[in-house]
Amino acid sequence: MEFALAALVGLFFATSIYLLLSRAIIRMLLGIAILGNAVNLLIFTAGRLTREIPPIVPHGQKQLIEPFANPLPQALILTAIVIGFALFTFLLVLGYRAYQELDADDTDTMRIAEPERAPRPPLSY
Amino acid sequence: MGTNLVNEETLVLPKAMIEVATNAADWVIILPVVLALLGAAILLMLRSTLRGQSVFAIIVVMAIIFIDVLLLLKILEFGPQTMTMGKWLAPFGISFSVDVIGAAFALAGAVVTLVVLIYVQADIASREVKYGFYTLVLLMLAGVSGAFMTGDLFNLYVWFEVMLISSFGLIIMGGRKIQLDGAIKYGFLNFLATTFFLIALGYIYGLVGTLNMADIAIRAGDAPVGPISAIGALLLLAFGMKAAAFPVNAWLPASYHTPHPAVSALFGGLLTKVGVYALLRTLILILPSAREFLDPLITGLAVATLILAPLGALSQTNLRRAIGFFLIGGVGVVMAGLAMPTMRGVAGASIYVFHSMLSIAALYLLAGLIERMSGTDDTRKMGGIYNASSLMSILFLVMIFAIAGLPPFLGFWPKLLLIEAGASQGDVVLIVALVINSFITLIAGTRLWSHIFWRVGREGENSEQVNDRLEPLSLKDKWFGIAPTSILVIIVVWFGLFPNVVFDAGRTAAADLLFSERYIQSTGIDMDIENIDIENIDIEVKP
Amino acid sequence: MNTIIFRTIAPILVAIMVVFSVFVLLRGHNEPGGGFIGGLIAASAIAIYGIAAGVSEVRKALKIDPLAIAGFGLFISGFSGLMSLGAEAPFLTGLWTYFEIGNAKVDFSSVLIFDVGVYLVVLGTISAIALALEENEEGE
Repeated sequence: MEFALAALVGLFFATSIYLLLSRAIIRMLLGIAILGNAVNLLIFTAGRLTREIPPIVPHGQKQLIEPFANPLPQALILTAIVIGFALFTFLLVLGYRAYQELDADDTDTMRIAEPERAPRPPLSY
Repeated sequence: MGTNLVNEETLVLPKAMIEVATNAADWVIILPVVLALLGAAILLMLRSTLRGQSVFAIIVVMAIIFIDVLLLLKILEFGPQTMTMGKWLAPFGISFSVDVIGAAFALAGAVVTLVVLIYVQADIASREVKYGFYTLVLLMLAGVSGAFMTGDLFNLYVWFEVMLISSFGLIIMGGRKIQLDGAIKYGFLNFLATTFFLIALGYIYGLVGTLNMADIAIRAGDAPVGPISAIGALLLLAFGMKAAAFPVNAWLPASYHTPHPAVSALFGGLLTKVGVYALLRTLILILPSAREFLDPLITGLAVATLILAPLGALSQTNLRRAIGFFLIGGVGVVMAGLAMPTMRGVAGASIYVFHSMLSIAALYLLAGLIERMSGTDDTRKMGGIYNASSLMSILFLVMIFAIAGLPPFLGFWPKLLLIEAGASQGDVVLIVALVINSFITLIAGTRLWSHIFWRVGREGENSEQVNDRLEPLSLKDKWFGIAPTSILVIIVVWFGLFPNVVFDAGRTAAADLLFSERYIQSTGIDMDIENIDIENIDIEVKP
Repeated sequence: MNTIIFRTIAPILVAIMVVFSVFVLLRGHNEPGGGFIGGLIAASAIAIYGIAAGVSEVRKALKIDPLAIAGFGLFISGFSGLMSLGAEAPFLTGLWTYFEIGNAKVDFSSVLIFDVGVYLVVLGTISAIALALEENEEGE
């Protein structure tokens, strides 16, 4: 089971890196979204897989009974999903605004902050 | 009761909860972050009332500075301090573990924030107050303080994101086209960096089964070197990207010059320094074996950053972009310390970060004033400011000398420590790179100074032609602009003249980073119990 | 989208969703639920009301700026952590007390205050985003 998930994580990483290498912002955004899912799946797999045994303390007991699924990675993933979602939303809106204002979806044509023909510094005082 | 009841008498659980009362004085560990968060919350509630927000924010930051000072004094006297949330014991609860570098950096960060908050009073528009400028600044301070103080790696990730999302808000404040351009590059690269950090976190948890920094430091020694080194390499990439070290530095000069100068100062003073701090914390304290493996790579990156960054500054005509390259050069200096994990090397790196927070912020603030006077960001068109404001020319030159590392300013001492460290190790390459860095930084900086201040007029005109486009600073600009910037400059000069305090603190900081015993002891994790079963937590049952 | 059926049903739906969100919030301590999911349900109720009745109507009904609600939520969450200062316990320690109302024993804790804070933060931010997006759509 771990092997299958590890392969899936690898596939996700490959896809996201391929998309991130693109110059089009919309593709980079898709890459970022897939990258976030790849990482969450990675953390989930790193916490070891246990099937169908939720980490809930049975009624009347004081602690969990072995074996049970590791709840910590799930808490970490939940946090990471929420944070990643917030940042992704921001980047999405930012990309849209940039498309409207700069009329560019291609990072190569986005040169306002770094002008292509920047003046050379003077060679003398 | 269930049939498969665990017999409680045969069950031996490790202690998981604190049983002693927590002293109220221990709260200084958590208060800087809590105050900033609560202050931001109150400002968010009062978003539509424009007046009084600035005063309230300044009072909150002053309170944070006061508590940071108390915390630093306490740590210098009693060693690292830890508070674990919610009565849990580390590593079960989330810890805040503060040692000297954490507290000192948090203090410097709060001072920079205060200065920036006073500085913006000269020209902040009510639209920006309504947009939530003060809320975002306080949230960012909360994120930065939290990152400096936390003792838990996942918590560090959360603070990184708090910092990142408020910095997103600040970098596009104003909404000019150039800012959108800069924000795209800043946003994507920084988001990518934190994602790399998250990948490393996943691997660490899979390998050692804990995320508490002290606990990882104990267990990583037994872990196989291969995976640990891979994790170290990922962390180096993630934090190097955050800190803008070569070769992942391109986003910084593309974005830091686009927002309001005060925001640039805040970013330059706080954000990259958190990346640098995280490098020192993870690679020296937590995963020393990974650092050892990566040592040649770190040395190479340090040398490249040290030499290439000031060369970039040399080729710039945009003032704030040039300062961005100086900032990257400073990251190279810290990387040099990372490559030499001796007492002198680490102390030098720590002191340099402290110095760089103050002086880079001061440089950005001065750049803002210069841009306001000359109405341009092109250094070739700025000439003649010496006539208009000689005080500013002195402040700027002092800061250039400080970041180049000339005596008697604060920047000199950490570089001296680093060169001594290199000499004692016979590390000639790093020594040469450090000296070349100082030299080119000095050339680039003084050339900027002579074009902006010394030249009578603009470039390309007769040398006697006075620059007629200069607008003298208003009284408001002088009081809210130059005065707070001078405070930063005075701190840098004062600690340069009387560096003993800084040396002592730097030595303690280096000792606590290199020899983790005191740090681990403060968290209360028993170093003798090697293999606590992490799953065996005593679950609190509601009575 | 804005049919008469939807407009008639929406107020009832919104009322049920808000009550349900409070229920989810309160059962959250030992059973599935809690502030985050409760806040999401309430925010979606507000988004539905925005689609049915228009954004300005929602803002009038809310009376308070959604972001101010979020600020208040953040404040009481932080404050609930500070309450353990009085109990000589570290930050964010849960403090419990009990009320006797009639024959029922009612738990009250700083954890609940924290959760209410989370509820308000989620409610405030998500509905602020939703209303801003809906406003954009109306403008076009």
